[in-house]
Amino acid sequence: MSKMPNFVSTTNACKLCKPLGATLAFRGIEGTVPFLHGSQGCATYMRRYIISHFNEPMDIASSSLGEKHAIFGGGPNLKQGIKNVTEKFHPQLIGIASTCLTETIGDDLPQLLNEYRAMTQGESGIPLLVSVSTPSYSGTHMEGFHAAIRELVKALTKETEERTNELAILPGLLSPEDIRSLKDISGRYKVPFTILPDISETLDGPALLEYEKIPRGGTTIQSIEKLGSSAAVIELGWTIAESDSAGLLLKENFGLEHHRLGMPIGLRETDKFFKTLNHITGQSTPAVYENQRGRLIDSLADGHKYVFGKRAIVYGEEDLVIGLTSFLAEIGVQPVLCASGGKSGKLEAAIKEVCKGLVSETPEIAEGMDFYEIEKLAAELKPDILIGHSKGYQVARKNNIPIVRVGFPVHDRIGGQRILHIGYQGAQQLFDTIANTLLEKKQRESETGYSYM
Amino acid sequence: MHKDALKDRQSQIIRKVEGSDLAISCDKESTAGAVSQRACVFCGSRVVLYPIADALHLVHGPIGCAVYTWDIRGALSSGPELHRLSFSTDLQEIDVIFGGEKKLAAALDELIERHQPKAAFVYSTCIVGLIGDDLEAVCKKVSEEKNIPVLPVKSEGFKGNKREGYRAACNAMFRLVGTGDISGIPEKSINILGDFNLAGEIWMIREMYERIGVNVVANITGDGRVEDIKRAHGAALNVVQCSGATMTLADMMKKEYGTPVIRVSYFGIEDMAESIYAVAEHFNDDEMRRKARLVVKDELEKVYPQIQEYRKALTGKKAAIYVGGAFKAFSLVKAFRILGMDVVMVGSQTGTASEYKELQEITDPGTIIVDDSNPMELSSFLQEKNVDIFVGGVKERPIAYKLGVAFCDHNHERKEVLAGFIGMLNFAREVYGSVMSPVWRFMPRVEVTKDE
Repeated sequence: MSKMPNFVSTTNACKLCKPLGATLAFRGIEGTVPFLHGSQGCATYMRRYIISHFNEPMDIASSSLGEKHAIFGGGPNLKQGIKNVTEKFHPQLIGIASTCLTETIGDDLPQLLNEYRAMTQGESGIPLLVSVSTPSYSGTHMEGFHAAIRELVKALTKETEERTNELAILPGLLSPEDIRSLKDISGRYKVPFTILPDISETLDGPALLEYEKIPRGGTTIQSIEKLGSSAAVIELGWTIAESDSAGLLLKENFGLEHHRLGMPIGLRETDKFFKTLNHITGQSTPAVYENQRGRLIDSLADGHKYVFGKRAIVYGEEDLVIGLTSFLAEIGVQPVLCASGGKSGKLEAAIKEVCKGLVSETPEIAEGMDFYEIEKLAAELKPDILIGHSKGYQVARKNNIPIVRVGFPVHDRIGGQRILHIGYQGAQQLFDTIANTLLEKKQRESETGYSYM
Repeated sequence: MHKDALKDRQSQIIRKVEGSDLAISCDKESTAGAVSQRACVFCGSRVVLYPIADALHLVHGPIGCAVYTWDIRGALSSGPELHRLSFSTDLQEIDVIFGGEKKLAAALDELIERHQPKAAFVYSTCIVGLIGDDLEAVCKKVSEEKNIPVLPVKSEGFKGNKREGYRAACNAMFRLVGTGDISGIPEKSINILGDFNLAGEIWMIREMYERIGVNVVANITGDGRVEDIKRAHGAALNVVQCSGATMTLADMMKKEYGTPVIRVSYFGIEDMAESIYAVAEHFNDDEMRRKARLVVKDELEKVYPQIQEYRKALTGKKAAIYVGGAFKAFSLVKAFRILGMDVVMVGSQTGTASEYKELQEITDPGTIIVDDSNPMELSSFLQEKNVDIFVGGVKERPIAYKLGVAFCDHNHERKEVLAGFIGMLNFAREVYGSVMSPVWRFMPRVEVTKDE
């Protein structure tokens, strides 16, 4: 695309580093402590970043490597760290992600963990150890997230002869509220879903009398072990690399029916999601969702005029951007730029697909973007609204463009963990928020200040 | 034995006993697997240099280090805001294999052309230390081409903790000092070191010094400017706050230029007043002493009655403190005393032996004193001591809230002035606003007590 700027340096990145995604994925497994093999700073920075969004404790252990370990190898500290975490947290599993430091000094994580297993053989209380390679110099937090899920399946899921009617859902990085809504759906279909990972409680838990060393909740290890007997797996996200896909692994190794869908954001993607559930379970969409769908469509009629033709910039993780763009296209908002810091190579095709037949102009679609570039393009594209995480706020403020906060992170508002993005209900909330954000601006800038729409 | 602490960490926790000086182990590497609240060398350098608002701060490394420190502190600027942008070379696998020097040079070229900064700081991250990029050479070359100082900051994350990062930052700044024109600097002049202008604090402090007739040459680094730092050696005195973020620079300036140093703290009424008096004493000037007394009297009169109101409500409440440097903890212990509150736990990420000794001297018997703690220990201390408010930073906040304990943010992200006389009032208001909230009565720990 000719308009696209091309800079060497990155300013205000629109992505996070790979190990952060892995720690979030591990946080969604029951009894698990996320662990970074690297320098102490990585764990602390990521904790701070994650805590500021979820407002929940987020312990990430670290092998806390110092200068001598960088020279002689981080193995001894890794093992000591695992031992200390075992002693204090009594975890069922420790999820260990590498960092740029340990990848570059050449620490072989699987080998080191084998040595640890051999060393502790026969001892009681030894947790499962799952590792994932997440060098920060390749990919984004989303690659780290998906890779961790794939490694969990690879390490834990067992061979089985059994075949149940159960269903696995690999949701990707959604909010705790989104995961809760998936659990509700599971309950209505009366078919057990294994949602992997499940951060609905671990990153949005109740106030407590006693501090929990590891927050309750998360996908149980037993259910990951049994995934091989499920009938099908639904994997949400068009841009997941085949080499990072846990869904494809389940298909290849255990013969599960594999359904790749977009994030169920907006009407059509949610329709597809329910259609797939109906296909797999042989049931029809539960009445409660049909009703939600009906109300959503009714509200689109009520509010369509306030959003039609408005120009939007959507940014963030690629799959979230695709889902949001799909919804915007449905309601008559013109996406003018769909941008991500990720570089899957799959964004353009997916955006064009979800926009097909609905928008008058094809949006600019760009991978590997930062906020400097997004702002440059915004100057030309003159958007009416920005939709994405809170790091777009500086662009929004400087250019007086309203912003609708979704996804991760939301660092400048409370309740990021409770934003519902998916399903008809999620679309409903998005629609109301987008329409009201536009109305708010119009009202504020109006000379009259109408008190009715 | 402290039940929730690892064996390796037992010697880093003590409980004060009246009259005895207990040994506490500190100033050592974090225990692997302990979930330390500490960050890294890079973090130390980044926080110290961050507020220099007209310099370009380029993080040479993979994206994470830059993105997690984007607009991270509320360090305000009265002019340029270049420091609020997050610049990175975003190293990729290919750079790791073939070296990142070319990319660094190109990035510097691009960014200096675009932003016309007064200087550039180039931060090393872990990976740069490993792939052996010659930062010194790249910076020298770009500096000559662009005719501005381009300064490498040797802040590889794994080479120690935050304190090493402070030193690396000071080393970089020291290369600026001495390069500016110092003609016209008045005799009674100071540099303010170790305040970062969170919520505009350095403006207030500067104004108080100016009121007693002292000229401020350089803010290091709150609302900092490259040109000011270049001529900092022209000041008659370095006034240094904090545990050592900028102490290295003061030491180097003393050695090289003979600039004398006094250490102060701007937190709490006593320490703030002392900070003004100490400067007047240094210049041994009666007129200045008189003005200093007036400033303290004036400022105190503005806030004292209101602080007393808060004190009435807060007397007897229990506080826990966990901060980065122990120096800030001294002031907080005193500040809580002014509010009639009892400090029952105090700790820091990177305190030194002498600082912990001093903490023992100023705390009450039974107070837990801890070095390089973690959420598991901290939560256990909060529960054991049944505290009413916890003071810390973002990483400590969810520990308090999860247990239904009030919290006061005393770290980089705060937006309220907590330094100076008005800062004491704001602090009282913050503490009051959290401790007295009705929400705590619905928390499990309170509801359970109620049922009994």
